Amino acid sequence: MAEKKIEKKLKNGVNVDALLAAREALKKAPQAAKFKWRASCKWENGTHSSTKVKGFHGLGEEQKHKTEFTFAADHPEIFASEDLGATPVEYVLVGLASCLTAGVAAVAENRGVKLRSVEAKLEGAMDIQGILGIDSDVRNGFDDIKVTFKIDADATKKEIEAIVAQSQKRSAVYDILTNPTNVAVVVA
Amino acid sequence: MIGAGHAGLATSRVLSERSIDHIVLERGEVANSWRRERWDSLRLLTPNWQAQLPGYRYSGNDADGYMPAAEVAAFIAGYAAASQAPVRAQTEVTALTTASAGYRITTHSGEIHCRSAVIASGACNAAHVPALRAAVPEPVACFSTFEYRNPKQLPDGGVLVVGASATGVQLADEIHRAGHRVTLSVGEHVRLPRTYRGRDVLWWMERSGIWNQRYDEIDDLTRARRLPSPQLVGTPEHSTLDLNTLAAGGVELVGRLSAIRDGRALFSGGLLNLFALADLKLERLLDTFDEWSRAQGRDDDVDPSGRFEPTRVPERSRLEIDLNRGEIRSIVWATGFRPEYGWLQVPVVDHKGQLRHEGGVVESPGLYAIGLPVLRRRKSTFILGAEDDARAICAHLQRHLDDTTP
Repeated sequence: MAEKKIEKKLKNGVNVDALLAAREALKKAPQAAKFKWRASCKWENGTHSSTKVKGFHGLGEEQKHKTEFTFAADHPEIFASEDLGATPVEYVLVGLASCLTAGVAAVAENRGVKLRSVEAKLEGAMDIQGILGIDSDVRNGFDDIKVTFKIDADATKKEIEAIVAQSQKRSAVYDILTNPTNVAVVVA
Repeated sequence: MIGAGHAGLATSRVLSERSIDHIVLERGEVANSWRRERWDSLRLLTPNWQAQLPGYRYSGNDADGYMPAAEVAAFIAGYAAASQAPVRAQTEVTALTTASAGYRITTHSGEIHCRSAVIASGACNAAHVPALRAAVPEPVACFSTFEYRNPKQLPDGGVLVVGASATGVQLADEIHRAGHRVTLSVGEHVRLPRTYRGRDVLWWMERSGIWNQRYDEIDDLTRARRLPSPQLVGTPEHSTLDLNTLAAGGVELVGRLSAIRDGRALFSGGLLNLFALADLKLERLLDTFDEWSRAQGRDDDVDPSGRFEPTRVPERSRLEIDLNRGEIRSIVWATGFRPEYGWLQVPVVDHKGQLRHEGGVVESPGLYAIGLPVLRRRKSTFILGAEDDARAICAHLQRHLDDTTP
Protein backbone atom coordinates (compact mmCIF):
# COMPACT_ATOMS: atom_id res chain seq x y z
CA MET A 1 0.00 0.00 0.00
CA ALA A 2 2.75 2.44 1.00
CA GLU A 3 4.81 1.59 -2.06
CA LYS A 4 1.86 2.06 -4.35
CA LYS A 5 1.33 5.52 -2.89
CA ILE A 6 4.92 6.58 -3.49
CA GLU A 7 4.74 5.40 -7.09
CA LYS A 8 1.55 7.33 -7.76
CA LYS A 9 2.45 10.16 -10.11
CA LEU A 10 1.46 13.64 -9.06
CA LYS A 11 -0.84 15.27 -11.56
CA ASN A 12 -0.69 18.84 -10.24
CA GLY A 13 2.37 18.79 -8.02
CA VAL A 14 0.43 18.69 -4.74
CA ASN A 15 1.60 15.90 -2.48
CA VAL A 16 -1.84 14.90 -1.29
CA ASP A 17 -0.65 11.66 0.29
CA ALA A 18 1.65 13.66 2.57
CA LEU A 19 -1.25 15.96 3.45
CA LEU A 20 -3.54 13.03 4.18
CA ALA A 21 -0.83 11.39 6.29
CA ALA A 22 -0.43 14.65 8.23
CA ARG A 23 -4.21 14.75 8.72
CA GLU A 24 -4.18 11.28 10.24
CA ALA A 25 -1.17 12.09 12.44
CA LEU A 26 -2.75 15.32 13.70
CA LYS A 27 -6.00 13.53 14.54
CA LYS A 28 -4.00 11.66 17.16
CA ALA A 29 -2.06 14.75 18.32
CA PRO A 30 -4.50 17.67 18.14
CA GLN A 31 -2.10 19.92 20.10
CA ALA A 32 0.37 19.85 17.20
CA ALA A 33 -2.37 21.22 14.95
CA LYS A 34 -2.39 24.54 16.81
CA PHE A 35 -0.59 27.02 14.57
CA LYS A 36 0.25 30.70 14.91
CA TRP A 37 0.86 32.70 11.76
CA ARG A 38 2.81 35.96 12.07
CA ALA A 39 3.68 39.10 10.22
CA SER A 40 5.79 42.10 11.27
CA CYS A 41 5.04 45.47 9.81
CA LYS A 42 7.20 48.59 9.78
CA TRP A 43 6.02 52.05 8.80
CA GLU A 44 8.22 53.56 6.10
CA ASN A 45 6.79 56.97 5.23
CA GLY A 46 3.39 58.43 4.44
CA THR A 47 1.01 55.53 3.81
CA HIS A 48 3.89 53.27 2.76
CA SER A 49 4.76 50.33 4.99
CA SER A 50 6.61 47.06 4.57
CA THR A 51 5.55 43.82 6.17
CA LYS A 52 7.85 40.86 6.58
CA VAL A 53 6.86 37.23 6.98
CA LYS A 54 9.35 34.65 8.18
CA GLY A 55 8.60 32.63 11.30
CA PHE A 56 5.46 30.83 12.43
CA HIS A 57 4.53 28.28 15.06
CA GLY A 58 3.20 24.82 14.38
CA LEU A 59 3.62 21.08 14.99
CA GLY A 60 4.57 21.97 18.54
CA GLU A 61 7.59 24.16 17.73
CA GLU A 62 8.85 27.28 16.01
CA GLN A 63 9.08 27.03 12.24
CA LYS A 64 10.32 29.35 9.51
CA HIS A 65 9.98 29.91 5.80
CA LYS A 66 13.05 29.14 3.66
CA THR A 67 13.42 32.86 3.03
CA GLU A 68 11.94 36.02 4.44
CA PHE A 69 9.19 37.55 2.28
CA THR A 70 8.59 41.29 2.20
CA PHE A 71 5.39 43.01 1.11
CA ALA A 72 5.25 46.71 0.36
CA ALA A 73 1.89 48.35 0.87
CA ASP A 74 0.80 51.86 0.01
CA HIS A 75 -2.11 53.79 -1.42
CA PRO A 76 -2.41 54.84 -5.07
CA GLU A 77 -1.61 58.31 -6.37
CA ILE A 78 -5.27 59.28 -6.63
CA PHE A 79 -5.23 59.19 -2.81
CA ALA A 80 -2.22 61.53 -2.89
CA SER A 81 0.15 58.71 -1.99
CA GLU A 82 3.29 57.50 -3.71
CA ASP A 83 1.90 54.12 -4.77
CA LEU A 84 4.92 52.14 -3.62
CA GLY A 85 2.93 48.94 -3.17
CA ALA A 86 -0.44 47.29 -3.44
CA THR A 87 -3.18 48.60 -1.16
CA PRO A 88 -3.95 46.58 1.99
CA VAL A 89 -7.37 45.59 0.62
CA GLU A 90 -5.71 44.24 -2.50
CA TYR A 91 -3.59 42.04 -0.24
CA VAL A 92 -6.84 40.63 1.09
CA LEU A 93 -7.73 39.68 -2.50
CA VAL A 94 -4.24 38.22 -2.92
CA GLY A 95 -4.83 36.08 0.16
CA LEU A 96 -8.23 34.87 -1.02
CA ALA A 97 -7.06 34.18 -4.58
CA SER A 98 -3.99 32.22 -3.56
CA CYS A 99 -5.85 30.29 -0.86
CA LEU A 100 -8.67 29.18 -3.17
CA THR A 101 -6.23 28.40 -5.99
CA ALA A 102 -4.06 26.23 -3.74
CA GLY A 103 -7.27 24.53 -2.65
CA VAL A 104 -8.35 23.88 -6.24
CA ALA A 105 -4.98 22.25 -6.98
CA ALA A 106 -5.07 20.10 -3.85
CA VAL A 107 -8.69 18.98 -4.29
CA ALA A 108 -8.09 18.23 -7.99
CA GLU A 109 -5.01 16.21 -7.10
CA ASN A 110 -6.96 14.25 -4.51
CA ARG A 111 -9.69 13.54 -7.06
CA GLY A 112 -7.19 12.53 -9.74
CA VAL A 113 -8.01 15.49 -12.01
CA LYS A 114 -5.17 16.88 -14.12
CA LEU A 115 -5.25 20.69 -14.30
CA ARG A 116 -3.89 22.42 -17.38
CA SER A 117 -4.52 25.98 -16.28
CA VAL A 118 -6.27 27.74 -13.43
CA GLU A 119 -6.89 31.46 -13.50
CA ALA A 120 -8.91 33.52 -11.09
CA LYS A 121 -10.07 37.10 -11.38
CA LEU A 122 -11.09 38.82 -8.18
CA GLU A 123 -13.06 41.95 -7.62
CA GLY A 124 -13.97 43.50 -4.29
CA ALA A 125 -16.63 46.22 -4.37
CA MET A 126 -16.19 49.04 -1.87
CA ASP A 127 -17.87 52.36 -1.24
CA ILE A 128 -15.07 54.56 0.10
CA GLN A 129 -17.56 56.91 1.75
CA GLY A 130 -17.10 54.53 4.68
CA ILE A 131 -13.32 54.86 5.16
CA LEU A 132 -13.46 58.57 4.46
CA GLY A 133 -16.05 59.04 7.19
CA ILE A 134 -18.53 60.68 4.82
CA ASP A 135 -21.44 58.41 5.67
CA SER A 136 -21.41 56.34 8.86
CA ASP A 137 -24.02 53.97 7.44
CA VAL A 138 -21.52 52.79 4.82
CA ARG A 139 -19.16 50.08 5.99
CA ASN A 140 -15.39 50.40 5.63
CA GLY A 141 -14.77 47.00 4.10
CA PHE A 142 -15.88 45.26 0.95
CA ASP A 143 -19.61 45.05 0.22
CA ASP A 144 -19.09 42.06 -2.01
CA ILE A 145 -16.23 40.02 -3.36
CA LYS A 146 -16.54 38.21 -6.64
CA VAL A 147 -14.15 35.46 -7.65
CA THR A 148 -14.31 34.12 -11.21
CA PHE A 149 -12.35 30.97 -11.96
CA LYS A 150 -11.32 29.90 -15.45
CA ILE A 151 -10.14 26.32 -15.29
CA ASP A 152 -8.91 24.04 -18.04
CA ALA A 153 -8.77 20.44 -16.81
CA ASP A 154 -9.50 16.83 -17.68
CA ALA A 155 -12.92 16.99 -16.06
CA THR A 156 -16.55 17.85 -16.74
CA LYS A 157 -17.94 21.26 -15.84
CA LYS A 158 -19.79 19.68 -12.90
CA GLU A 159 -16.60 18.10 -11.61
CA ILE A 160 -14.78 21.42 -11.88
CA GLU A 161 -17.61 23.19 -10.05
CA ALA A 162 -17.41 20.56 -7.33
CA ILE A 163 -13.64 21.10 -6.98
CA VAL A 164 -14.12 24.87 -6.69
CA ALA A 165 -16.91 24.37 -4.12
CA GLN A 166 -14.77 22.02 -2.05
CA SER A 167 -11.83 24.42 -2.15
CA GLN A 168 -14.08 27.11 -0.62
CA LYS A 169 -15.27 24.69 2.02
CA ARG A 170 -11.69 24.05 3.14
CA SER A 171 -10.28 27.56 2.63
CA ALA A 172 -8.95 29.51 5.62
CA VAL A 173 -9.12 32.91 3.93
CA TYR A 174 -12.63 32.26 2.61
CA ASP A 175 -13.68 31.46 6.18
CA ILE A 176 -11.91 34.55 7.55
CA LEU A 177 -13.76 36.75 5.05
CA THR A 178 -17.20 35.20 5.34
CA ASN A 179 -17.29 34.82 9.14
CA PRO A 180 -16.48 37.28 11.90
CA THR A 181 -13.16 36.95 13.70
CA ASN A 182 -12.23 38.49 17.04
CA VAL A 183 -9.45 41.00 16.51
CA ALA A 184 -7.49 42.51 19.41
CA VAL A 185 -5.31 45.52 18.64
CA VAL A 186 -3.19 46.69 21.59
CA VAL A 187 -0.34 49.10 22.16
CA ALA A 188 2.70 47.38 23.67
CA MET B 1 -30.89 -3.82 26.32
CA ILE B 2 -30.97 -0.18 27.23
CA GLY B 3 -33.81 1.56 25.45
CA ALA B 4 -37.12 0.33 24.05
CA GLY B 5 -37.26 2.25 20.81
CA HIS B 6 -37.44 0.46 17.46
CA ALA B 7 -33.72 -0.43 17.51
CA GLY B 8 -33.75 -1.86 21.02
CA LEU B 9 -36.90 -3.86 20.34
CA ALA B 10 -35.53 -5.21 17.05
CA THR B 11 -32.43 -6.40 18.90
CA SER B 12 -34.58 -7.88 21.67
CA ARG B 13 -36.56 -9.81 19.07
CA VAL B 14 -33.39 -11.27 17.54
CA LEU B 15 -32.00 -12.13 21.01
CA SER B 16 -35.25 -14.00 21.72
CA GLU B 17 -34.94 -15.88 18.42
CA ARG B 18 -31.50 -16.97 19.61
CA SER B 19 -32.90 -17.83 23.08
CA ILE B 20 -30.58 -15.35 24.74
CA ASP B 21 -32.01 -14.37 28.10
CA HIS B 22 -32.35 -10.58 28.37
CA ILE B 23 -34.43 -7.65 29.56
CA VAL B 24 -35.14 -4.29 27.93
CA LEU B 25 -34.79 -1.29 30.26
CA GLU B 26 -36.80 1.77 29.29
CA ARG B 27 -36.59 5.11 31.13
CA GLY B 28 -40.21 5.97 30.17
CA GLU B 29 -42.52 3.96 27.98
CA VAL B 30 -41.87 2.14 24.74
CA ALA B 31 -40.99 4.70 22.01
CA ASN B 32 -40.57 7.40 24.62
CA SER B 33 -38.89 10.00 22.39
CA TRP B 34 -41.68 9.76 19.83
CA ARG B 35 -44.24 10.31 22.60
CA ARG B 36 -42.69 13.11 24.62
CA GLU B 37 -39.70 14.75 23.06
CA ARG B 38 -40.74 16.02 19.64
CA TRP B 39 -42.90 18.75 18.16
CA ASP B 40 -46.63 18.16 17.53
CA SER B 41 -46.64 18.03 13.73
CA LEU B 42 -43.74 15.60 13.37
CA ARG B 43 -44.25 12.70 11.00
CA LEU B 44 -42.02 9.83 10.04
CA LEU B 45 -39.60 10.81 7.25
CA THR B 46 -39.71 7.34 5.71
CA PRO B 47 -42.79 6.06 3.87
CA ASN B 48 -44.89 3.63 5.90
CA TRP B 49 -44.03 0.61 3.75
CA GLN B 50 -40.46 1.05 4.97
CA ALA B 51 -41.63 0.52 8.55
CA GLN B 52 -40.25 -3.03 8.70
CA LEU B 53 -38.69 -4.69 11.72
CA PRO B 54 -37.67 -8.30 12.32
CA GLY B 55 -40.90 -10.26 12.12
CA TYR B 56 -43.13 -7.20 11.89
CA ARG B 57 -44.20 -4.60 9.38
CA TYR B 58 -46.65 -1.78 8.79
CA SER B 59 -50.08 -3.20 8.06
CA GLY B 60 -52.17 -0.02 7.70
CA ASN B 61 -53.83 1.13 4.50
CA ASP B 62 -51.52 4.05 3.71
CA ALA B 63 -48.31 2.31 2.67
CA ASP B 64 -47.00 5.35 0.78
CA GLY B 65 -47.91 7.83 3.54
CA TYR B 66 -45.91 9.00 6.54
CA MET B 67 -47.15 8.19 10.04
CA PRO B 68 -47.62 11.03 12.54
CA ALA B 69 -45.48 10.68 15.67
CA ALA B 70 -48.31 9.21 17.77
CA GLU B 71 -48.89 6.49 15.17
CA VAL B 72 -45.18 5.72 15.11
CA ALA B 73 -45.27 5.31 18.90
CA ALA B 74 -48.31 3.02 18.56
CA PHE B 75 -46.55 1.03 15.81
CA ILE B 76 -43.48 0.51 18.01
CA ALA B 77 -45.65 -0.36 21.03
CA GLY B 78 -47.51 -2.87 18.84
CA TYR B 79 -44.19 -4.40 17.94
CA ALA B 80 -43.16 -4.69 21.61
CA ALA B 81 -46.45 -6.48 22.33
CA ALA B 82 -46.26 -8.76 19.28
CA SER B 83 -42.68 -9.72 20.15
CA GLN B 84 -43.55 -10.17 23.82
CA ALA B 85 -40.45 -8.11 24.49
CA PRO B 86 -39.35 -8.29 28.15
CA VAL B 87 -39.61 -4.52 28.65
CA ARG B 88 -39.22 -2.93 32.07
CA ALA B 89 -40.77 0.48 31.61
CA GLN B 90 -40.16 3.50 33.88
CA THR B 91 -36.72 2.11 34.66
CA GLU B 92 -34.11 4.74 34.02
CA VAL B 93 -30.50 3.65 33.89
CA THR B 94 -28.40 5.96 36.06
CA ALA B 95 -25.07 4.14 35.74
CA LEU B 96 -23.40 1.39 33.78
CA THR B 97 -20.04 0.21 35.11
CA THR B 98 -17.78 -2.76 34.47
CA ALA B 99 -18.11 -5.59 36.94
CA SER B 100 -16.63 -9.05 37.21
CA ALA B 101 -17.69 -11.05 34.14
CA GLY B 102 -19.72 -8.23 32.63
CA TYR B 103 -21.47 -5.04 33.65
CA ARG B 104 -23.39 -3.60 36.54
CA ILE B 105 -26.37 -1.45 35.65
CA THR B 106 -27.84 0.86 38.27
CA THR B 107 -31.46 1.98 37.91
CA HIS B 108 -33.87 3.83 40.13
CA SER B 109 -35.33 0.48 41.11
CA GLY B 110 -32.19 -1.48 41.86
CA GLU B 111 -29.07 -3.00 40.33
CA ILE B 112 -28.77 -5.49 37.53
CA HIS B 113 -25.74 -7.61 36.63
CA CYS B 114 -25.35 -8.72 33.07
CA ARG B 115 -22.67 -10.37 30.94
CA SER B 116 -23.40 -8.17 27.99
CA ALA B 117 -25.22 -4.88 27.39
CA VAL B 118 -26.59 -3.26 24.24
CA ILE B 119 -26.93 0.52 24.21
CA ALA B 120 -30.07 1.40 22.25
CA SER B 121 -30.76 4.68 23.97
CA GLY B 122 -30.83 6.62 20.71
CA ALA B 123 -28.84 9.36 19.01
CA CYS B 124 -31.19 12.19 19.89
CA ASN B 125 -31.50 12.38 23.69
CA ALA B 126 -30.73 16.06 23.99
CA ALA B 127 -31.31 19.09 21.80
CA HIS B 128 -27.96 20.64 21.04
CA VAL B 129 -27.87 24.42 21.28
CA PRO B 130 -24.62 26.25 20.43
CA ALA B 131 -22.81 28.21 23.13
CA LEU B 132 -23.61 31.52 21.42
CA ARG B 133 -27.18 31.22 22.70
CA ALA B 134 -25.81 32.79 25.91
CA ALA B 135 -25.27 36.04 23.99
CA VAL B 136 -28.91 36.35 22.87
CA PRO B 137 -30.34 39.54 24.43
CA GLU B 138 -32.99 39.11 27.12
CA PRO B 139 -36.25 40.01 25.33
CA VAL B 140 -35.74 37.38 22.63
CA ALA B 141 -37.33 34.07 23.66
CA CYS B 142 -35.35 30.92 22.85
CA PHE B 143 -36.75 27.45 22.12
CA SER B 144 -34.74 24.29 21.63
CA THR B 145 -36.29 21.49 19.56
CA PHE B 146 -37.16 19.79 22.85
CA GLU B 147 -39.03 22.87 24.06
CA TYR B 148 -40.79 23.75 20.83
CA ARG B 149 -44.15 22.04 20.28
CA ASN B 150 -46.10 24.29 17.90
CA PRO B 151 -46.20 27.92 16.67
CA LYS B 152 -48.78 28.91 19.31
CA GLN B 153 -46.01 28.90 21.92
CA LEU B 154 -44.10 31.64 20.16
CA PRO B 155 -44.54 35.33 20.92
CA ASP B 156 -46.01 37.44 18.10
CA GLY B 157 -43.51 38.81 15.63
CA GLY B 158 -40.44 37.66 13.75
CA VAL B 159 -38.82 34.27 14.33
CA LEU B 160 -35.26 33.27 13.59
CA VAL B 161 -34.94 29.54 12.94
CA VAL B 162 -31.31 28.42 13.20
CA GLY B 163 -30.46 25.33 11.17
CA ALA B 164 -31.76 23.92 7.89
CA SER B 165 -31.85 20.18 8.44
CA ALA B 166 -35.18 18.29 8.31
CA THR B 167 -36.08 19.85 11.66
CA GLY B 168 -35.15 23.39 10.65
CA VAL B 169 -36.99 23.43 7.33
CA GLN B 170 -40.09 21.79 8.84
CA LEU B 171 -40.28 24.25 11.72
CA ALA B 172 -39.50 27.28 9.52
CA ASP B 173 -42.33 26.21 7.22
CA GLU B 174 -44.98 25.69 9.89
CA ILE B 175 -44.04 28.83 11.79
CA HIS B 176 -44.20 30.82 8.57
CA ARG B 177 -47.61 29.31 7.72
CA ALA B 178 -48.82 30.33 11.18
CA GLY B 179 -48.30 33.94 10.15
CA HIS B 180 -44.88 34.78 11.57
CA ARG B 181 -42.15 36.48 9.60
CA VAL B 182 -39.43 33.82 9.46
CA THR B 183 -35.71 34.15 8.87
CA LEU B 184 -33.89 30.85 8.35
CA SER B 185 -30.19 30.64 9.09
CA VAL B 186 -28.71 28.02 6.75
CA GLY B 187 -25.50 26.11 7.43
CA GLU B 188 -24.26 22.98 5.72
CA HIS B 189 -27.33 21.04 4.60
CA VAL B 190 -28.48 18.02 2.64
CA ARG B 191 -30.98 18.75 -0.11
CA LEU B 192 -33.36 15.97 -1.14
CA PRO B 193 -36.58 16.08 -3.15
CA ARG B 194 -39.47 14.12 -1.64
CA THR B 195 -40.01 12.25 -4.88
CA TYR B 196 -37.83 11.64 -7.93
CA ARG B 197 -39.09 10.19 -11.20
CA GLY B 198 -42.41 9.42 -9.51
CA ARG B 199 -40.95 7.46 -6.60
CA ASP B 200 -40.20 8.41 -3.02
CA VAL B 201 -36.57 9.44 -2.76
CA LEU B 202 -36.12 6.90 0.04
CA TRP B 203 -37.41 4.17 -2.31
CA TRP B 204 -34.45 5.09 -4.48
CA MET B 205 -32.07 5.13 -1.52
CA GLU B 206 -33.15 1.66 -0.54
CA ARG B 207 -33.56 -0.01 -3.93
CA SER B 208 -30.41 1.40 -5.49
CA GLY B 209 -28.37 0.00 -2.62
CA ILE B 210 -27.08 3.33 -1.31
CA TRP B 211 -28.67 2.72 2.06
CA ASN B 212 -26.97 -0.65 2.19
CA GLN B 213 -23.50 0.83 1.94
CA ARG B 214 -21.46 -0.50 4.86
CA TYR B 215 -19.66 1.74 7.32
CA ASP B 216 -16.30 0.27 6.31
CA GLU B 217 -16.94 1.11 2.64
CA ILE B 218 -17.52 4.81 3.27
CA ASP B 219 -14.63 7.20 2.52
CA ASP B 220 -15.21 9.73 5.26
CA LEU B 221 -17.13 7.85 7.94
CA THR B 222 -16.81 10.60 10.55
CA ARG B 223 -18.45 13.02 8.14
CA ALA B 224 -21.17 10.54 7.13
CA ARG B 225 -22.04 10.01 10.81
CA ARG B 226 -22.23 13.74 11.51
CA LEU B 227 -24.27 14.67 8.44
CA PRO B 228 -27.36 16.77 9.18
CA SER B 229 -30.69 15.09 8.43
CA PRO B 230 -31.87 15.65 4.84
CA GLN B 231 -34.35 18.42 4.06
CA LEU B 232 -37.42 16.19 3.97
CA VAL B 233 -40.92 16.26 5.37
CA GLY B 234 -43.56 13.56 5.35
CA THR B 235 -46.87 15.05 4.24
CA PRO B 236 -49.98 13.56 2.69
CA GLU B 237 -49.19 15.63 -0.44
CA HIS B 238 -45.69 14.13 -0.75
CA SER B 239 -44.43 17.65 -1.23
CA THR B 240 -40.81 18.68 -1.43
CA LEU B 241 -39.70 21.15 1.23
CA ASP B 242 -36.43 22.67 0.10
CA LEU B 243 -34.93 26.13 0.38
CA ASN B 244 -36.53 27.19 -2.93
CA THR B 245 -39.99 26.27 -1.60
CA LEU B 246 -39.37 28.18 1.61
CA ALA B 247 -37.92 31.24 -0.11
CA ALA B 248 -40.75 31.33 -2.66
CA GLY B 249 -43.22 31.30 0.23
CA GLY B 250 -41.52 34.30 1.81
CA VAL B 251 -39.03 32.83 4.29
CA GLU B 252 -35.84 34.91 4.31
CA LEU B 253 -32.64 32.89 3.97
CA VAL B 254 -29.45 34.03 5.69
CA GLY B 255 -26.06 32.36 6.15
CA ARG B 256 -24.87 30.28 9.05
CA LEU B 257 -25.18 32.06 12.40
CA SER B 258 -21.53 32.58 13.23
CA ALA B 259 -21.57 34.99 16.18
CA ILE B 260 -23.71 37.26 18.30
CA ARG B 261 -21.91 40.49 19.16
CA ASP B 262 -23.48 43.25 21.25
CA GLY B 263 -26.87 41.71 20.56
CA ARG B 264 -26.29 41.59 16.82
CA ALA B 265 -26.60 38.23 15.13
CA LEU B 266 -23.85 37.89 12.50
CA PHE B 267 -24.38 35.51 9.61
CA SER B 268 -21.76 33.97 7.35
CA GLY B 269 -21.36 35.37 3.85
CA GLY B 270 -20.70 31.89 2.49
CA LEU B 271 -24.33 30.98 1.68
CA LEU B 272 -23.68 30.67 -2.04
CA ASN B 273 -21.15 27.92 -1.65
CA LEU B 274 -23.41 25.98 0.71
CA PHE B 275 -26.11 26.07 -1.97
CA ALA B 276 -23.57 24.98 -4.60
CA LEU B 277 -22.33 22.07 -2.47
CA ALA B 278 -25.85 20.82 -1.67
CA ASP B 279 -26.97 21.14 -5.32
CA LEU B 280 -23.87 19.34 -6.62
CA LYS B 281 -24.32 16.50 -4.12
CA LEU B 282 -27.98 16.17 -5.03
CA GLU B 283 -27.12 16.00 -8.75
CA ARG B 284 -24.51 13.32 -8.07
CA LEU B 285 -27.01 11.30 -6.05
CA LEU B 286 -29.63 11.54 -8.82
CA ASP B 287 -26.98 10.48 -11.38
CA THR B 288 -26.39 7.39 -9.23
CA PHE B 289 -30.13 6.66 -9.20
CA ASP B 290 -30.36 7.05 -12.99
CA GLU B 291 -27.36 4.80 -13.56
CA TRP B 292 -28.85 2.14 -11.30
CA SER B 293 -32.21 2.35 -13.00
CA ARG B 294 -30.63 2.02 -16.45
CA ALA B 295 -28.34 -0.83 -15.41
CA GLN B 296 -31.18 -2.74 -13.75
CA GLY B 297 -33.61 -2.14 -16.59
CA ARG B 298 -35.97 -0.28 -14.26
CA ASP B 299 -36.47 2.75 -16.52
CA ASP B 300 -39.98 1.55 -17.41
CA ASP B 301 -41.05 1.40 -13.74
CA VAL B 302 -40.20 5.03 -13.10
CA ASP B 303 -40.96 8.35 -14.77
CA PRO B 304 -38.48 9.95 -17.17
CA SER B 305 -35.63 11.80 -15.59
CA GLY B 306 -36.39 15.40 -14.60
CA ARG B 307 -33.94 17.44 -12.60
CA PHE B 308 -34.52 20.20 -10.08
CA GLU B 309 -33.84 23.88 -10.34
CA PRO B 310 -30.63 24.90 -8.54
CA THR B 311 -31.14 26.61 -5.19
CA ARG B 312 -32.01 30.21 -6.00
CA VAL B 313 -29.56 32.69 -4.61
CA PRO B 314 -31.25 35.54 -2.78
CA GLU B 315 -30.67 38.96 -4.34
CA ARG B 316 -28.83 39.87 -1.19
CA SER B 317 -28.56 37.87 2.01
CA ARG B 318 -28.30 39.90 5.18
CA LEU B 319 -25.10 39.53 7.16
CA GLU B 320 -26.46 40.86 10.42
CA ILE B 321 -29.69 41.36 12.35
CA ASP B 322 -29.84 43.50 15.47
CA LEU B 323 -31.68 41.32 17.98
CA ASN B 324 -32.37 44.36 20.17
CA ARG B 325 -34.47 46.08 17.52
CA GLY B 326 -37.58 43.94 17.97
CA GLU B 327 -37.59 42.46 14.48
CA ILE B 328 -36.83 39.02 15.92
CA ARG B 329 -38.97 38.09 18.94
CA SER B 330 -37.96 34.47 19.27
CA ILE B 331 -35.28 32.04 18.14
CA VAL B 332 -35.87 28.35 17.47
CA TRP B 333 -32.61 26.40 17.68
CA ALA B 334 -32.86 23.54 15.20
CA THR B 335 -29.16 22.89 15.66
CA GLY B 336 -29.14 19.16 16.03
CA PHE B 337 -29.53 16.45 18.59
CA ARG B 338 -26.92 14.65 20.63
CA PRO B 339 -26.87 11.35 22.48
CA GLU B 340 -26.50 11.42 26.28
CA TYR B 341 -23.97 9.12 27.87
CA GLY B 342 -23.60 10.68 31.31
CA TRP B 343 -24.66 7.36 32.84
CA LEU B 344 -22.09 5.35 30.90
CA GLN B 345 -19.18 4.96 33.31
CA VAL B 346 -17.01 2.95 30.97
CA PRO B 347 -14.35 4.94 29.05
CA VAL B 348 -15.83 4.47 25.58
CA VAL B 349 -17.00 8.02 24.79
CA ASP B 350 -14.71 10.31 22.77
CA HIS B 351 -13.93 13.99 23.42
CA LYS B 352 -16.85 14.99 21.18
CA GLY B 353 -19.31 12.97 23.28
CA GLN B 354 -19.71 10.19 20.70
CA LEU B 355 -19.52 6.50 21.45
CA ARG B 356 -16.36 4.79 20.15
CA HIS B 357 -17.43 1.64 18.34
CA GLU B 358 -16.60 -0.48 15.30
CA GLY B 359 -19.87 -1.17 13.52
CA GLY B 360 -21.76 -1.24 16.83
CA VAL B 361 -19.13 -3.30 18.66
CA VAL B 362 -17.97 -1.03 21.50
CA GLU B 363 -14.32 -1.18 22.61
CA SER B 364 -15.28 -2.70 25.95
CA PRO B 365 -15.91 -6.48 25.47
CA GLY B 366 -19.56 -7.45 25.65
CA LEU B 367 -20.79 -3.89 25.14
CA TYR B 368 -22.71 -3.03 21.96
CA ALA B 369 -24.59 -0.15 20.39
CA ILE B 370 -27.46 0.03 17.92
CA GLY B 371 -29.56 2.76 16.35
CA LEU B 372 -26.79 5.32 15.78
CA PRO B 373 -26.14 7.13 12.47
CA VAL B 374 -24.32 4.89 9.95
CA LEU B 375 -23.66 2.39 12.74
CA ARG B 376 -23.11 -0.43 10.25
CA ARG B 377 -24.84 0.85 7.13
CA ARG B 378 -26.20 4.13 5.80
CA LYS B 379 -29.71 2.97 6.73
CA SER B 380 -28.79 2.25 10.35
CA THR B 381 -30.90 4.93 12.04
CA PHE B 382 -33.99 4.25 9.98
CA ILE B 383 -36.60 1.71 11.13
CA LEU B 384 -35.89 -0.35 8.03
CA GLY B 385 -32.20 -0.45 8.90
CA ALA B 386 -32.54 -1.97 12.35
CA GLU B 387 -32.88 -5.61 11.29
CA ASP B 388 -29.50 -6.10 9.56
CA ASP B 389 -27.70 -4.32 12.39
CA ALA B 390 -29.57 -6.24 15.10
CA ARG B 391 -28.70 -9.54 13.42
CA ALA B 392 -25.01 -8.66 13.06
CA ILE B 393 -24.73 -7.43 16.62
CA CYS B 394 -26.59 -10.36 18.15
CA ALA B 395 -24.33 -12.79 16.26
CA HIS B 396 -21.27 -11.04 17.71
CA LEU B 397 -22.89 -10.93 21.14
CA GLN B 398 -23.61 -14.66 21.06
CA ARG B 399 -19.97 -15.40 20.15
CA HIS B 400 -18.91 -13.23 23.06
CA LEU B 401 -21.17 -15.17 25.44
CA ASP B 402 -19.95 -18.51 24.07
CA ASP B 403 -16.29 -17.46 24.33
CA THR B 404 -16.62 -16.22 27.87
CA THR B 405 -18.71 -19.09 29.20
CA PRO B 406 -16.52 -20.92 31.69
